[in-house]
Amino acid sequence: MTATRKPRAHRSAWSVGDRIGLGLAWAAGLALCVAAVTIVGYMAWKGIQYLHLEMITSSPEASMDQSQSGGFLDPIIGTFLLTLIAILIAIPVGVGIAVWLTEYGRPSGLARAVESGIEIVAGTPSIVLAIFGLLVFQQAFMGLFSFTAEGGAVFGRSFITAGVMMSVVALPMVIGSTREALNSIPRHVREASYALGKDRASTIRRVLLPSARSGIATGATLGMGRVAGDTAIVVILLGASMTITPEGGFMGLLRGTGSTLTSYVYNNSPAGEGNAPEKAYAAAFVLLLIVILLNFVVGLIARRSEPKWS
Amino acid sequence: MELKTALNGASTDGTSPNGVPPLRRIVVGAETPPLQVGGVAPQDLFDQEEPAIDDTPVWVEESMRTEDLSIAYGGKVAVNRVSLEVNAGEVLALIGPSGCGKTTLLRSLNRLVELTPAARRTGRILLDDQDVDEFDATILRSRVGMLFQQPNPFPMSIFDNVAYGLRERGSKRPRRKELEPVVVDALERAGLWDEVSSNLNHPALALSGGQQQRLCIARALAVSPEVLLLDEPCSALDPISTATIEETIVGLRDEVAIVIVTHNMQQAQRVADRVAFMYLGDMVECGPATRVFNTPQAERTAEYIGGGFG
Amino acid sequence: MKAASFTDAPVAGGTEDDRTDRRVELTLGALASAILLLIAGMVIFVLLKGMPSFTHNGLAWFGAGGSVDEQLMNIFNSPSDPDDYVYHLRAWPLLYGTALITGVAVAFSTVFSVLASIFVVEFAPRRLRQVIEPVVRLLAAVPSVIYGLIGILVVVPWVATHLISESSKESVAYVIQLDGTSILVGIFILVIMICPIMIAIIVDALRAVPDKWVHGAAALGVNRWRAMRTVSLRAVRPAVVAATVLATARALGEAIMLSMVAGSVGFAPNPLDGLTFFLEPARPLASTIVDNAEGLSVEPFGQTMYAFAAILLISSAFFSFAGWAARRSYSRYTVGDR
Repeated sequence: MTATRKPRAHRSAWSVGDRIGLGLAWAAGLALCVAAVTIVGYMAWKGIQYLHLEMITSSPEASMDQSQSGGFLDPIIGTFLLTLIAILIAIPVGVGIAVWLTEYGRPSGLARAVESGIEIVAGTPSIVLAIFGLLVFQQAFMGLFSFTAEGGAVFGRSFITAGVMMSVVALPMVIGSTREALNSIPRHVREASYALGKDRASTIRRVLLPSARSGIATGATLGMGRVAGDTAIVVILLGASMTITPEGGFMGLLRGTGSTLTSYVYNNSPAGEGNAPEKAYAAAFVLLLIVILLNFVVGLIARRSEPKWS
Repeated sequence: MELKTALNGASTDGTSPNGVPPLRRIVVGAETPPLQVGGVAPQDLFDQEEPAIDDTPVWVEESMRTEDLSIAYGGKVAVNRVSLEVNAGEVLALIGPSGCGKTTLLRSLNRLVELTPAARRTGRILLDDQDVDEFDATILRSRVGMLFQQPNPFPMSIFDNVAYGLRERGSKRPRRKELEPVVVDALERAGLWDEVSSNLNHPALALSGGQQQRLCIARALAVSPEVLLLDEPCSALDPISTATIEETIVGLRDEVAIVIVTHNMQQAQRVADRVAFMYLGDMVECGPATRVFNTPQAERTAEYIGGGFG
Repeated sequence: MKAASFTDAPVAGGTEDDRTDRRVELTLGALASAILLLIAGMVIFVLLKGMPSFTHNGLAWFGAGGSVDEQLMNIFNSPSDPDDYVYHLRAWPLLYGTALITGVAVAFSTVFSVLASIFVVEFAPRRLRQVIEPVVRLLAAVPSVIYGLIGILVVVPWVATHLISESSKESVAYVIQLDGTSILVGIFILVIMICPIMIAIIVDALRAVPDKWVHGAAALGVNRWRAMRTVSLRAVRPAVVAATVLATARALGEAIMLSMVAGSVGFAPNPLDGLTFFLEPARPLASTIVDNAEGLSVEPFGQTMYAFAAILLISSAFFSFAGWAARRSYSRYTVGDR
């Protein structure tokens, strides 16, 4: 009696359909690589081509021949200022909310609602956030945050108002990263703190938050990246003045209008009123560098923070 | 079917070779009196110096063999120049302490060890006198099946699990009508049919551990392999499931060559016809089960069997 | 997910600590609830502000009829007396443009992302994989205005010179000018924008498929593509759904890039035009708001814009919520090891 052996009906393990599928997967993968390389490479090429040092150091000038005059120092400052304002608001608020969700979270129905709320906010188009911000900050009692024209109409557009709405953009990222960091702290750390007689609030403040530092930093950096790259809020809420026009001191600066790299690129492209594509490329290149740098920093933070808990 | 009646110990065509033992029943707390083996009660069997009957399988056909097979992970040698034969019609057990390389050896027989990136293999493996490197690993694996330590049925129905190997090869997808008899047969041979015949569309993950493992046996059998590799198939199961599966294994040896890795020596004694003892990557001793267990030739073997280390 | 249950967090010390902890909890809880207040506020205020546009047009607001751009112009030029405000609007071309661009882009992106993810996880050579992954993450972070810039400076002119022939221009000249800004470019760049995020999600999910199934399929003699298709893809279906829904929310809200490349005309591309259909411009809701941002303070024009925003807000909130719900349902989908 011999073991049953059926003859092998198939020669190859790959049918036609399988080969097509494999081919499609390869095609998609390679298309992805090509697209990525093309985009980044093209931006780099054009940017280096058109970027001159004086562009970074000089302010935009109003002149007939846009391609020869002025730089985009003001937009660069605008980008940094706006990002700073946004993150200064987003970090405390975001960490606070994250702490509530992980360490408190009662009643649980409220916690679930807040979680889904964060998702909804994260998915809200920034244009909608922008015009909502306009609606809010144009109210008379919000006159503090921007300039008021003669006639009483609150302008509603300023660094502060744009910064506040930008913080909403960055918020979900800060919350997400902080939550992850807090959740990865094992239970015994908290228990050890309680055993020493500390209550929950001081445990959070003294023990947990310092350990979650890198998670918070990651979230903040990711948020900064998103803020630096957003255009819609800037176009609506920053007044789109080419140069920063403060009126009296630091508060004046914050209440004043300006532009950022994103709105500068937009305005100098054929879609805006400018027709200086060279400047647009140069500014876009600088913007891309900033975003790449921020992402690189995120990677650094992630790599440096090795899990210390055994 | 010819196979089923053979399992029940009777021969139908009158040409059964002499001395093929009837199915050995594993006695685990059974209420019925133990089956007699060749006219001798089991306890008498073990009292004697030599077995009362010659229970080495009479017909043996070489199915696979390795020649000077060595496998290393990174720099560490896991299997060291092992030459081994796997024969249809018998069960070969690989025994040895943890880390001796038996699982690695097993996984090389169906080239599954290649899925580990750091593995390097030298030496030859032959299936039916053909070097396995000469054909597609996928085809090899449809001729050499494997069972894993943890039962791993797919998240599909029982029917779909068993039919999986047949459906997912070749370009023409067989129709359910064509698959049904094969599925039923495989489930019967695996000893699971009686328990699942009522509903083959039941999700496989709803079965108990022992049932899942038998389902995996059925799934492996459905593609009619020539060799079946079992990697400690019962170590995650309770004793009763273990007994059922051991019974199934022994019953299958007439159809497929079986190699079973086990760290349980009693199990090896129960099911194996030939035993290979490995220690730290070397094949220390290989021979008929009764000889290796009762009169081991190497000192190391005797130590291991005597429980000196494990 | 909480790391530890805190109903049993001891509050050691006297009642003073008790109160501090309680105060902290309430403050932080209020902060968290502020999120919900924000959403509620957004919905309420935006809807309220845009309501006149809806009430004056009724359900016909969503219908078609006339040139949307003309109607917007009329609204903008309304007389200053509130009783004489013009609200007449048939927003269908804008809604249609939004749905068309979003729908086609998401459909194509889903297919492409799944295939690319399979490539990255299973078939890509190791060194290529090490390069692709950070690059994909980078692509996800590139600001939309940069995509728009390359689109308008490179892709649109290319389409204008190479794809738009004289004859195709003439065939629709009586309705619309073809200048390269088109739904083709819009969809193309939108796909490039939303794929990286989808790929990141799907790749993570594919990697999380238990090894035992992957090895089990391999051990049965099933080739890598089949195993991937029948076992892994089945297992990551919920993740694909979640990624698709998230991508839809993102695509709906894309204003800047589409305003740069898809055309500034509120036109409804006509599928009956054959291939020229793809070369016709359109302008989704979000871009319409951006393009008309200067008029936001002018009633009733502003109110009309807020009406658009209300539609955007509700639909993106819906998709974001659906994505969150989908992800929650599959994060609980862990097969218990028996």
